[in-house]
Amino acid sequence: MKKLLFVCFVIPSLCVTAIAWDVRPASGDDPAVEKRLMNLSKELRCLVCQNETLADSQAGLAEDLRREIREQIKAGKTDQEIISFLTQRYGQFILYRPQVTPITYLLWFGPFVLLIGGLFVLFRYIRHHRDTVKEEPLSSEDLRRAAELLASDSRKETA
Amino acid sequence: MGRYLIPLVLFIVLAGFLLVGLKRDPHEVPSPLINKAAPGFTLPQLKDPTKTFSPQEMRGKVWILNVWASWCVTCRDEHPLLLEYAKTGAVDIYGLNYKDQRADALAWLSELGDPYVLSAADLDGRIAIDYGVYGAPETYVIDQSGTIRFKQIGPVTPDVWSKQVLPLVQDLNRKGNK
Repeated sequence: MKKLLFVCFVIPSLCVTAIAWDVRPASGDDPAVEKRLMNLSKELRCLVCQNETLADSQAGLAEDLRREIREQIKAGKTDQEIISFLTQRYGQFILYRPQVTPITYLLWFGPFVLLIGGLFVLFRYIRHHRDTVKEEPLSSEDLRRAAELLASDSRKETA
Repeated sequence: MGRYLIPLVLFIVLAGFLLVGLKRDPHEVPSPLINKAAPGFTLPQLKDPTKTFSPQEMRGKVWILNVWASWCVTCRDEHPLLLEYAKTGAVDIYGLNYKDQRADALAWLSELGDPYVLSAADLDGRIAIDYGVYGAPETYVIDQSGTIRFKQIGPVTPDVWSKQVLPLVQDLNRKGNK
């Protein structure tokens, strides 16, 4: 019973605190800077908790990186410059949307290659089967059975 | 027979990928800094903040930079290993004390021993960002020209030390002396 109570109340309440942590007031700075920081850090992965964005994460490193980005925004760096600053240090992994480079070709184009391959196999299969199923004129026996079936069907509908 | 062969091969390939995936640590992100110049810095030394340390002073030597902190639990596990490695004299180990309190860091070293030639104090973690640090301990092998040749994320286990770090250091020293 205690366990059940724990599961029903304690765990959800922990989640609620986690969510409550999420929304943090900007640290009294220029709102335009904070907005750019938010937009940028939503595109960036926190390397400590890898399924969180830099915007959401409460990890110490995420805070440091937000501070770094904030300072660079204030220094007048463009988003592109800030992103290349980060990828030079942490690699493409920090980007939720990795850039299109030879290393990421498979990631970006792999699904389309699979799709085209799948369509190719599908069309070949269909064509192959169309060729193997020969069209033969119906025999008189077949026609008689068809008529019988149609007759029984229409009887059911009228009934 | 043929119709079972294709699904079987597909299954084996998929299972192979999943098996490899099981054994890989998703926290080990390949560093883009390998074979790049070690970022420069000048930081106060931990034991004597009036003195500074800068990697530029290490030109011409193969050395190891180990990122540590007194709050880092894994660093505590790694520490006795570092002491052992340092004792062999194979390579000089320098510390980067990462986001720590000076008093805590000094207490840690006097309690557990000091494997470092010296530690540089990166109190706000800015230099660590330049080195792409995201989880202490991290360890870098830097060669004579100041290029990062190897990075270990997490503790340098005896296995990593004897199979990767030590052969690399010996190889770099051999090449450097020619």
